[in-house]
Amino acid sequence: MSDDSNKMEQQSAVNSQPVERSAARMARRSALLLGMFALITTALLAVAESALSGRISQNAEAALLETLNAIVPANRYDNNLAQSKITLPADPRLGLSQPTEAFVATRSNRIVAFVMPITAAKGYSGPIQLLAGIYTDGTVAGVRVLEHKETPGLGDKIERRKSAWITGFDGRSLGQPDVDSWKVQKDGGKFDQLTGATITPRAVVNAVREALQFYAAEKTVLGDQYRERQTVQRTEAE
Amino acid sequence: MADVSYGKITQDGLWDNNAGFVQLLGLCPLLAVSGTVVNALGMALATTLVLVLSSTVIAAIRNTVPDEIRIPVFVMVIAAFVTITQLLIQAFAFPLYQTLGLFIALITTNCAIIARAEAFAARNDILRSATDGLMMGLGFALVLLTMGSVREIIGNGSWFADANLLFGEAARDWGVNFSEYYRGLLVAALPPGAFIVLGLLIAVKNVVDGRLKKRADKRSALATAA
Repeated sequence: MSDDSNKMEQQSAVNSQPVERSAARMARRSALLLGMFALITTALLAVAESALSGRISQNAEAALLETLNAIVPANRYDNNLAQSKITLPADPRLGLSQPTEAFVATRSNRIVAFVMPITAAKGYSGPIQLLAGIYTDGTVAGVRVLEHKETPGLGDKIERRKSAWITGFDGRSLGQPDVDSWKVQKDGGKFDQLTGATITPRAVVNAVREALQFYAAEKTVLGDQYRERQTVQRTEAE
Repeated sequence: MADVSYGKITQDGLWDNNAGFVQLLGLCPLLAVSGTVVNALGMALATTLVLVLSSTVIAAIRNTVPDEIRIPVFVMVIAAFVTITQLLIQAFAFPLYQTLGLFIALITTNCAIIARAEAFAARNDILRSATDGLMMGLGFALVLLTMGSVREIIGNGSWFADANLLFGEAARDWGVNFSEYYRGLLVAALPPGAFIVLGLLIAVKNVVDGRLKKRADKRSALATAA
């Protein structure tokens, strides 16, 4: 090894100028080639992206609409639910740390329900992202889990595809049961816990109750925001 | 260098030099998404696709790219194919994208791919490199599917459940649910289960290899005796 490097040094000492020049040329060539590859791959990605992005956003919207329809049945509203949004404030009652978009279901231009993203901060292994639908009379249309890290086989039964537990909220409201009973049974409330998991359902039940309380307090503000947006959109369209 | 035979490439990829069992490369996706057969199959297909494409392209450009910029170029090629694969999955198997999510992008960091680029595709012709990519991919798929099967059967008591994530609504009932009453052994579905199952599978492979070797030794001993 040291022999080799010695030889190299000698060589470069003897005719250092041509070596330097050719090294510079090599570096330039490499840089050029690298740049070319960057250009080609970027172009390739741009083509793929533009060819597929339409389909992808369609898929994303269809998936969103499917989730929304699981919460508010499609026959209850007649607007484009996935597209009619309002912005919820970063409110601790919703567990939101930044303003987030909610969806407004209307029928013949009257608001039927709000579907709000909420976060149950105190899940067993981190926050649980939920989507809660609330009809204008304050009853729960439905709740679905969007994202969670709860234990597979125990806490993950809050997913609709794993168990029906989450449908236990359907038709409930703040008076049904009483606010004091909006807890899991272990805490003296009316909601089942899951076998082997109490913390997860407790977090979800509390999050939904708080969302209902938020809704009861902010109902008119939310409605006004929606109508304001509609008017803006209408004037823009004209 | 003498050209490697296709038979050897196949045997290396699927068994002798298997990415998961022997080289122990790409363990991150292997352990993370082998909880169910469907996830494992999705990851296997995506990884194989990327391996074949990147090996082919790297073999094609191997004589144009100077040594100094070899690695950055390989990484660029691999990353581009991974991104394209991710876009394809988003466009044609969106539910699978929702379950695999982050792990698709992480295929880029699967060492098995850059290892094949360096160790094989950079030194062999296009067709051999493509074959190597395919066989390495299939070998990796074999490990993923075995792990997925074992973990799903023990962990959930089902096999190939939720096939609709990968193949659309028609496939909803392809899976097998063994028993209504079996609630699953949780540890198999969790990360430690992945390590345990992989360890057991490697042990099984070593036992099989040991047997094969003993048999081959006996045969060659007989041959020399005769």
